[in-house]
Amino acid sequence: MSAEGDAALVVSLFAVDPAGVGGVCLRSPVQPARDQWLQFLRESLPPGTPVRKLPFNIPDGRLLGGLDLVATLKANRPIAERGVLADANGGVVILTMAERLTAQTAGRLNAVIDSGEILMPREGVTISNPARIGIVALDEGIGPDEAVPVSLLDRFAFLVDLGGFNMRSELIPEYEVEDVVAARALLPRVAIDDDMLQAICATAISLGAGSPRVSLLAMRVACAAAALDGRTQVSEADAVIAGRLVLAPRATIAPQARDSAEPPPPSPEPPPDQAPEPPAEPPPPDPGESEQPDKPLEIDVQTLADMVLTATEAAIPAGLLARLRSAAHERAARPSAAGRTGAFRSAGARGRPSGISAGAPKGSARLNVIETLRAAAPWQGLRGRAGSGEARVRVSPEDFRVTRYKQRAQTLTIFAVDASGSSALNRLAEAKGAVELLLADCYVRRDQVAVIGFRGKSAEVLLPPTRSLVRAKRSLAGLPGGGGTPLAAAIDSAVALADLARRRGDTPTIVMLTDGRANVARDGSPGRERAHANALQAARGLGVSGVASLFVDTSPRPSELAKAIAAGMRAEYIALPFANARSLSAMVRASTARR
Amino acid sequence: MSSSPRPVFPFSAIVAQDEMKLAMISSAVDPAIGGVLVFGDRGTGKSTAVRALAALLPPMHAVIGCRYACDPAALDALCPECQTRAETETLKHRLVPVPVVDMPLGVTEDRVVGALDLERALSQGVKAFEPGLLARANRGFLYIDEVNLLEDHLVDLLIDVAASGENVVEREGLSVRHPARFVLIGSGNPEEGELRPQLLDRFGLSVEVKTPMELQQRMEVIKRRDEFERDKGAFIAKWKKQDDALRRKIIAGRRRLREIKMPDSVLERATKLCMHLGTDGLRAELTLIRAARAIGSYEHADEVDLSHLRRVAAPALRHRLRRDPLDESGSSVRVERAIQEVWGA
Repeated sequence: MSAEGDAALVVSLFAVDPAGVGGVCLRSPVQPARDQWLQFLRESLPPGTPVRKLPFNIPDGRLLGGLDLVATLKANRPIAERGVLADANGGVVILTMAERLTAQTAGRLNAVIDSGEILMPREGVTISNPARIGIVALDEGIGPDEAVPVSLLDRFAFLVDLGGFNMRSELIPEYEVEDVVAARALLPRVAIDDDMLQAICATAISLGAGSPRVSLLAMRVACAAAALDGRTQVSEADAVIAGRLVLAPRATIAPQARDSAEPPPPSPEPPPDQAPEPPAEPPPPDPGESEQPDKPLEIDVQTLADMVLTATEAAIPAGLLARLRSAAHERAARPSAAGRTGAFRSAGARGRPSGISAGAPKGSARLNVIETLRAAAPWQGLRGRAGSGEARVRVSPEDFRVTRYKQRAQTLTIFAVDASGSSALNRLAEAKGAVELLLADCYVRRDQVAVIGFRGKSAEVLLPPTRSLVRAKRSLAGLPGGGGTPLAAAIDSAVALADLARRRGDTPTIVMLTDGRANVARDGSPGRERAHANALQAARGLGVSGVASLFVDTSPRPSELAKAIAAGMRAEYIALPFANARSLSAMVRASTARR
Repeated sequence: MSSSPRPVFPFSAIVAQDEMKLAMISSAVDPAIGGVLVFGDRGTGKSTAVRALAALLPPMHAVIGCRYACDPAALDALCPECQTRAETETLKHRLVPVPVVDMPLGVTEDRVVGALDLERALSQGVKAFEPGLLARANRGFLYIDEVNLLEDHLVDLLIDVAASGENVVEREGLSVRHPARFVLIGSGNPEEGELRPQLLDRFGLSVEVKTPMELQQRMEVIKRRDEFERDKGAFIAKWKKQDDALRRKIIAGRRRLREIKMPDSVLERATKLCMHLGTDGLRAELTLIRAARAIGSYEHADEVDLSHLRRVAAPALRHRLRRDPLDESGSSVRVERAIQEVWGA
């Protein structure tokens, strides 16, 4: 089926069971196709379904609810305010700029998706509201570094990419809102038999597509597809739809890798002893619709599983497929956002709250309303008798409380590692060791590390900023070496990363590990002179940007070329022909401490 | 408002994940073990297991009217209010469910430690203390999902309270201290951030959960989950028998805890293993022995033997190893290797 048709089908399926299938991640720039998609979604939802838009930087109070101060003062007792999620109960929440969502906000959304209600002790009130919602996350991220937190994606059935759409793309809707309404009525009676379920699970396992939660979502999508088609039994076509829309975009194992080896996971006959299930009751309760049984499927289970698998494989997006096939370390290719993004935050108003102090709100100090009221509260009895009795709460200037923040600048150390040439493997191993040592040292302090590798024609972010040792180890393992030295590209990409960090309010430091002998120009063409000129240009750009940097020359003899580039970068230059992990990490630590 | 009445997925119906279930059961048999940290892949039923365990536990005696659910039998652990009352009268008590308190990521600090009671302050102008989550979790479980994403200042708070068993509040002119002894259960995904070593140490056991890659197992997970969500009541009723049996076994295990024998040979082996691994302090050893004893009691053994010790060795020790970033093998492997070397088993 065409991409346009699939995009529309996702809308219809999602509209049938928004809370059941969790959500849709719509990766797309702002473009007509996206507006059209959202418009179609609004048209597909039964009339009266609440649809709420949620900015990515929504404060918790508005998201989950909190203390309604105005009402509280009016009533003289705490009154809870309903959050946006509670308002959207039974409907759909549209999350804008979801790639900027913090892991914390995502965590809160996860809890609500999982429990279908908001249970939230906040600010003196405990809020409990039902919130069965489906989420549409609008992801405008560019490149793998900007993406919706994975924990949230794990709760969404659909990952839709409208990136390939253009101005003339038109959604091709197959179902109307009447179909959706009918399907919703039918859905509770839709049953799935074991063979279908097995086909879905086997496909998910063979392709390494997601957690058991995703398999469950795929099953729900298959049920929704059956309901949409007016049936109460999930058919092979429904399973194929679930595989194509839910499992294919999450594949982590390349199909032919599975073909060449013996296919281990989908065991032809389930081992009989693998049934810890107590008495086999007839699985799906089917009240009343057994008079129209779908024709029994003649094909055996294995063929069925194969069919779903084949159809799903065929639907794996081309880009993803290429990555899966080429990547030796395919696990690192998974989207890896873990809430690294956040809004611009002004200084003074961030960091960890380090307490409340009495004082007037001025400058960046913001009035802490709750604390102020708390300070005023014990005096209300006295002040009430003295005053005229107009205002409910009498706050006098000495009650003012402001929140103090203590901020420790978070540092991000970006390693740009030269993986070219013959000594690459050695250097890479050292750099890798140094990164891990630094990280082990850093994670207590909550500092972050990133690694860029460069070889051949381009530089690649191997390890996006992280403090996770686990991830660092995984993405650094099996890193290839050899090829040319695209120094300019490396510096560019380090600067881009540093820039991102600075915009988040972090302090980046760049550590270049190279012999400085550039031989690949910016555009990927070979040639020493142009490559060096490009590298020098990029280095000066870095120097101007003011990002602190360290240039570690790893060549056997210190070279003038390298010194020139280091000077351009305004970097500290260190010749270290025999860098080892421990000395390297000690040096970086010493250098960052000096600043 | 403590444990919400919403229907919970039955503990017995959780497919596989034996290590996690065993760790949770042992912390229920002997709360002194000090909590369980569940780290692992997404969607593996971490949260489900905690809530299920809560529903499974037998009710406990608590002093009527006490905001911290003091144990009338443990006179030395009473809160100041109960202590005063106990001097003049016998404390009346009743059975209450074991509290399981969720600590959500977005929670504000005042809700965790407790704060000035806003309602009474506004309406009556009275300065009164309103207990927070830590008070509610006393004698029960405190569950933190995505514990590795918890804000730093809350982590500091937890580290302190979990060690002392007491919550000290000094704010807004309030000066309150009350018992806060709870079993800490945390879950998270290590790929999203690491945990501070100090907080790691507060967890007695740590388990790793993995996505079931076996077809039948995964189908079973999905089938049961779907069945549960379609008709919660019927599903819970179907598993009630198994859950009841499990509860009886836990109660029996708790009783047995004082009787079960701990041979010196087992103690010696535990010590040797800890020394070999170079774990810091005695907490590792203590936890290892306590967990082995809890498992032995739960399984109605006469004395703790090597098989009990072996099963809890990895959960009790793997998060207490010194980090060696250059050692590629995971901590579970290192514990396993040490067992081979020291016990030769």
